[in-house]
Amino acid sequence: MATQAAFMPGQIAEAPTGLWSWITTVDHKRIGILYGTTAFIFFLMGGIEALIMRAQLARPDNTLVSAQTFNELFTMHGTTMVFLAIMPLSAAFFNFMTPLMIGARDVAYPRLNALSYWIFLFGGLFLNASFLFGSAPDGGWFGYANLTSKQFIPGQSIDFWMLGLQILGIASMLAGFNFIVTIINMRAPGMTLMRMPVFIWMTLVVQFLVVLAFPAITVALILLMFDRFFGTLFYLPAGGGDPLLWQHLFWIFGHPEVYILILPAMGIVSEVLPTFARKPLFGAAFVIYSGIMIGFFGFGVWSHHMFSVGMGPVADAAFSVTTMLIAVPTGVKILNWIATLWGGSIRFTTPMLMSLGFIAMFTMGGLSGVMHASPPVDLQQTDTYFVVAHFHYVLFGGSIFGLFSGIYYWWPKMFGRLLDERLGKIHFWIMMIGFNLTFFPQHYLGLIGMPRRIYTYAPDLGWNFWNMASTIGAFTIAVSMLVFIANVFVSRRSPPVGPDPWDGRTLEWTIPSPPPLYNFAVVPTVHGRDELWLQKHGDEEHGTGPVPRAPVPTREDLAAIHLPPPSYWPILLAGALLIMLSGLMISTAQIVVGGLLVLYCMIKFMMEYHRPPEHGGAH
Amino acid sequence: MAADAHAAAHDHGSGHGHAAAHHDPNIGTTGLDNRKVGMWIFLGSDCMFFGSLIGTYLSYKGKSLAGPTPVEVFDIPLTSYSAALLLASSLTMVLALAALQENRVKRAAWWLVATAAMGLHFVLNQVYEFTSFVLHHGLTLSTSLFGSSFFVLTGFHGAHVTGGVIWLTGLVILAMRGQLDARDYTKVEIAGLYWHFVDIVWIAIFTIIYLIP
Repeated sequence: MATQAAFMPGQIAEAPTGLWSWITTVDHKRIGILYGTTAFIFFLMGGIEALIMRAQLARPDNTLVSAQTFNELFTMHGTTMVFLAIMPLSAAFFNFMTPLMIGARDVAYPRLNALSYWIFLFGGLFLNASFLFGSAPDGGWFGYANLTSKQFIPGQSIDFWMLGLQILGIASMLAGFNFIVTIINMRAPGMTLMRMPVFIWMTLVVQFLVVLAFPAITVALILLMFDRFFGTLFYLPAGGGDPLLWQHLFWIFGHPEVYILILPAMGIVSEVLPTFARKPLFGAAFVIYSGIMIGFFGFGVWSHHMFSVGMGPVADAAFSVTTMLIAVPTGVKILNWIATLWGGSIRFTTPMLMSLGFIAMFTMGGLSGVMHASPPVDLQQTDTYFVVAHFHYVLFGGSIFGLFSGIYYWWPKMFGRLLDERLGKIHFWIMMIGFNLTFFPQHYLGLIGMPRRIYTYAPDLGWNFWNMASTIGAFTIAVSMLVFIANVFVSRRSPPVGPDPWDGRTLEWTIPSPPPLYNFAVVPTVHGRDELWLQKHGDEEHGTGPVPRAPVPTREDLAAIHLPPPSYWPILLAGALLIMLSGLMISTAQIVVGGLLVLYCMIKFMMEYHRPPEHGGAH
Repeated sequence: MAADAHAAAHDHGSGHGHAAAHHDPNIGTTGLDNRKVGMWIFLGSDCMFFGSLIGTYLSYKGKSLAGPTPVEVFDIPLTSYSAALLLASSLTMVLALAALQENRVKRAAWWLVATAAMGLHFVLNQVYEFTSFVLHHGLTLSTSLFGSSFFVLTGFHGAHVTGGVIWLTGLVILAMRGQLDARDYTKVEIAGLYWHFVDIVWIAIFTIIYLIP
């Protein structure tokens, strides 16, 4: 039924409703909302895991949870926040905003996009299903060999972890292919590469990192899978295997992953600051090139995660130098953001506050990070709470502040209503205070010797006060999340907004909020990076007048629009994949049946539109 | 007849031009086909996949604690024959695409059959090779680091070839059902990109793993 409707010109403005329309949707905006909602729920789960850990560590010799439970908590907290919260929250913006900001009606492969989402959802559910079976992953989010071998962890916890990550990796890579092709090949006329908004540039760099870095962890996990299921010797010292192989493969993925987590936030900040400073991004080309440089260097610094294993002076020195180098393009960006503010007429809205918070907190995280470029310093701090403090300043102070900036900034575009500014500012300040109260003391705890991943500590070590402070901070962050959730519900009663509530600069603000099914009634012609600003004010620097706006659409324009119809094959294919891969833990028969189902669904998926539908009218 | 086919192919060939961008939803900003760009990105990603596996093999080379050595088990003449098969199949793949672009569907289908058949032969050779390693040399996944890294690396390459054979078979079935002609040449072209890539990876594996002692 709905399959035909989307091609009917008369019905094109009407978005279908109901659960089935969401299950079969291939609309990038809906998939974006699905990603965002799912990721936020996982974010809350990861947060609850963190709160339990902080409650356990509030007092010395505490017995709230056992050592085993604590292992499970920090493993699932890390895995959840990296793969199920920050990455898919970024993906929500990639999905919703990319076509809008490049003037496209959808992504290059709309059904593949839906497939990515369903695989991600099933992978996340699979990973968390381990709690129900009482065997939650407990080997750390980094899963160092040979702790993960059958000999040391014989149960199913590591199986859940490695298969879950494998499934999530497939979802990320499919999305990566999709967005690279979308950005390279789906831009509106006139949108040259250097006219692309900086957020789109950062998205592009991130997707290249995803498709080039994930194969390394895929192989690392395949080798682990063969070790655990088929008796290979890759990570087993008894058979000559070297556990360091895991560390190399994992961090060849793991360090680019750090930039996969932070670059989207950098892109968001690069959009928010110009809007609320009413100035173009200072040295935008520099910011773009710096992002590309970070992407390249990101593949050359992985061993700084491994200084403590003793790689020898040459390797240590080389990775020390590359690590210091990669701080340069990052520093360039920070200077550009600050220079964007200089002399601007600044409006302190909630997205702006979040972006400013990002700059301050990320700078601190970057500074404590570059300290670790020095191997002797790193050896002193490795495996202490100093490192925990450092990467939370980057991933929470950086990524999460940046993502919340994006949420407040683009919320009206997504849902047609502003989030409440007063509650937003309360959210920001509580989160800012709670965040610093949680993590700043951890620098100090680390320097006086508190190791990571311990489930309790003796009372006479001098760690009591700052641990309690850190725990209070963690619960303060939780309060700020409640404020945000309240804000979401309050916003449902706020008045609808027009296309451009913030006096924005880029293409997404030229179309209604929320955008119609087809995004752009007439595909726009682009004249510069800040297209809407050029339409409103012209180029103030060069004194040229406003550029023409897109013409008012005619009936013929609307009739010529055709959108991909919904499809149920993405969710079925994702389900078949889950059956096949989870079969590794259950039986060979299930692998075979699952494999045949995957093949069947793939053929159906590919043959659904063997040839593109003809123009004009229902097909 | 042939002239007609050429005319059709010519018309289609102009599909790369700017005017066609409004008609074919697959042609994008760069004038390239979305599906083709996507395949190139996938192959770049797959390079990292095989790079990691080959790197693993090399880092464990000569570090086995037990079992037969590579020199003892490798059957270079057989593997050379396999390599030749795969190389030849790249040629027939090109011929299949060329025939389809000229709208000679039947001829294209036969070249696809030839490509898939050589691919299948390659896989069967690999099955024979693996079996003889296990039965005659006692080399299994868990014998030594060599066994582990060799079987996993070449096994994943074999899986890639198998996937390609299934893909090519699908294209042949489409052609037999009259659902494949010059308009669909991109489908064969991207299958060809994949096939040539798998071929090139084999050249790397054959040289690095089999030929360098």
